[in-house]
Amino acid sequence: MNAVNAVEARNTVKAFGQGDSAVRALDDVSVEIRKGEFFTLLGPSGCGKTTLLRLIAGFEMPTSGSILLEGQDITHLPPNRRPVNTVFQSYALFPHLTVAQNIGFGLTMQGRPAREVKETTDRMLALVKLEAMAGRKTSQLSGGQQQRVALARALAPQPKVLLLDEPLSALDLKLRKEMQIELKRLQTETGITFVFVTHDQEEALTMSDRIGVMSAGKLQQVGSAKDIYTRPVNRFVASFIGETNFLPATTVPGGVRLATGDVIELADQAGRSGAVTVTIRPEQLRLCDPAEAGALAATVRTLVYFGTDTHCHLELADGTEVVARLQSPADGEAGLAQGQRVGLRPVPGAARVVED
Amino acid sequence: MSAAEEAQTARSARNGWLLSAPALVVLTVAAAGPLLIVVVYSFLLPGKYGNVEWGFSLDGWRGILWSKDIFTDEYVLADAHLTIFWRSVKLSVLTTITTFLVGFPTAWFIATRPASQRALWLFLITIPFWTNLLIRTYAMNEVLRSEGLMNTVLMKLGLIGSPLQVMYTDIAVFIGMTYVYLPLMVLPLFAAIDRFDMRLLEAAYDLYASRMQVLRRVILPIVKPGIIAGSILVFVPSLGAYVTPRVLGGGKQMMIGNFIELQFGQGRNWPLGSALSMALLVVVMVALLIYVKYANREQGHG
Repeated sequence: MNAVNAVEARNTVKAFGQGDSAVRALDDVSVEIRKGEFFTLLGPSGCGKTTLLRLIAGFEMPTSGSILLEGQDITHLPPNRRPVNTVFQSYALFPHLTVAQNIGFGLTMQGRPAREVKETTDRMLALVKLEAMAGRKTSQLSGGQQQRVALARALAPQPKVLLLDEPLSALDLKLRKEMQIELKRLQTETGITFVFVTHDQEEALTMSDRIGVMSAGKLQQVGSAKDIYTRPVNRFVASFIGETNFLPATTVPGGVRLATGDVIELADQAGRSGAVTVTIRPEQLRLCDPAEAGALAATVRTLVYFGTDTHCHLELADGTEVVARLQSPADGEAGLAQGQRVGLRPVPGAARVVED
Repeated sequence: MSAAEEAQTARSARNGWLLSAPALVVLTVAAAGPLLIVVVYSFLLPGKYGNVEWGFSLDGWRGILWSKDIFTDEYVLADAHLTIFWRSVKLSVLTTITTFLVGFPTAWFIATRPASQRALWLFLITIPFWTNLLIRTYAMNEVLRSEGLMNTVLMKLGLIGSPLQVMYTDIAVFIGMTYVYLPLMVLPLFAAIDRFDMRLLEAAYDLYASRMQVLRRVILPIVKPGIIAGSILVFVPSLGAYVTPRVLGGGKQMMIGNFIELQFGQGRNWPLGSALSMALLVVVMVALLIYVKYANREQGHG
């Protein structure tokens, strides 16, 4: 082990309810989050990502397994004794305190001297650019400002790990984009490990150093944004992050044979043989002359114009629907018509075999 | 807003006022009227067989704190009156504090039940209101008296050798008032706690607050309006309590309410009774004003 991980979950199981009716919110999840990284837990609602976050914060105890913070077992420590702070989805700002008092709350509770509390609070106010609001009640702030207070409050005690539970979901799109950049800036400036929970794939892709994709209480894949987008391990990951096409196929030496009979060369068959599923991203498909060798025969069904690109819905010879994303030409006319017969060619290396 | 719309709004506001006129008339006649009579009576002379005789006098007001020495005709400080006032204030403060200490966990318990169960718990809290106060107080008598439930149980358990003499003491009055006024504390506390965002507990706990600090620094400041409302609802009627001290305190452990009644009954001193009533009213109002002002200032400073 080269460096101690900031947070580590070992075989954590969290079951709610008793006996047969128990629901496993987390099903044997192990993950290592490195020091100083921006780690995102991404998944649909109910996938267990928030439960994992709450286990790290100490609000829930795992049914089995353990949570480590910098190598120390903290599984049974209460939240007030863990050097970990949370930014809540609802912000949970104290309504009876001012902005400055909210930010200083953690330090005050730790029994730090008043001068230190004041200094740190001032520094935090500057960090989130809310110096002018120090004396306001939190109810007098806008959503974005409340968000900043929640961040400053959680950062003020300088936690080893900052947990963020879908903190941007209550903001409108424009503000959300701003806060994404802001969050990334804060993380870089403070050097604190961020564990960010979201169901928004774009948020995850743009901010994270690494992403853990979760579904049905299990961690499906961990890796950088690129890893996960270009090399998804299974059908869920491939479809949850970005858009993609799934094509039924069977393995043949050096490639796969699609249901249409066409063969696509494939270096990596993911160690599988027989019936498999092949995924190709829409932007990795090119249109060509149907007569070209190796081109898949397809018929144009619908064209949807998106500005920068045009989505072309096509039907293959066996009836499978695929989408190709084509860059829109300068005049916006793709030069295609419904019912037109075209050839379809995946970019080399674009097709991947995924687990179902 | 156009002129026509403005006129329309003004008209509907005027009509709204008119609609509430019957209520205002009833309030004036029913609340201010009797009060006015009491004020006037407090400045009159006592009649021989009760009632009042017309003639201005300050004796009623003076009689609150001073009484005429029978031999010298001089006014001396009335110790008996002071004892009664002190007992009233003491028991009312004790009752308020105790109902808070018992009522807060109760209200917290109810507010944290699933929504489907809350109505049942609140219903149970309000059940005592269905029974007449006098009957409930006699029931307390049954619990507290020498051969009553409390003493029987304590003696059966061997905790005490002889029955505790609780009846007709301040303690009996205090226990009785705590029992009677507890729901008045629980209900406003429940309303405040019900509005309390439980997620703040996790936030505070996450930010290194101990359980005690969570209670003192987060819960209590936020539910303070409920605490104030409950305290007022308990303290004010406690101060003027009549039935409970009468039944559980016997004739001797009088509170202001009994003392006032005495003036209108055997004492045959209606002006003194009226002055006492007005004094009680003023004291309560001043206390409330100070309390509310203090509470508001706290709020302003955060």
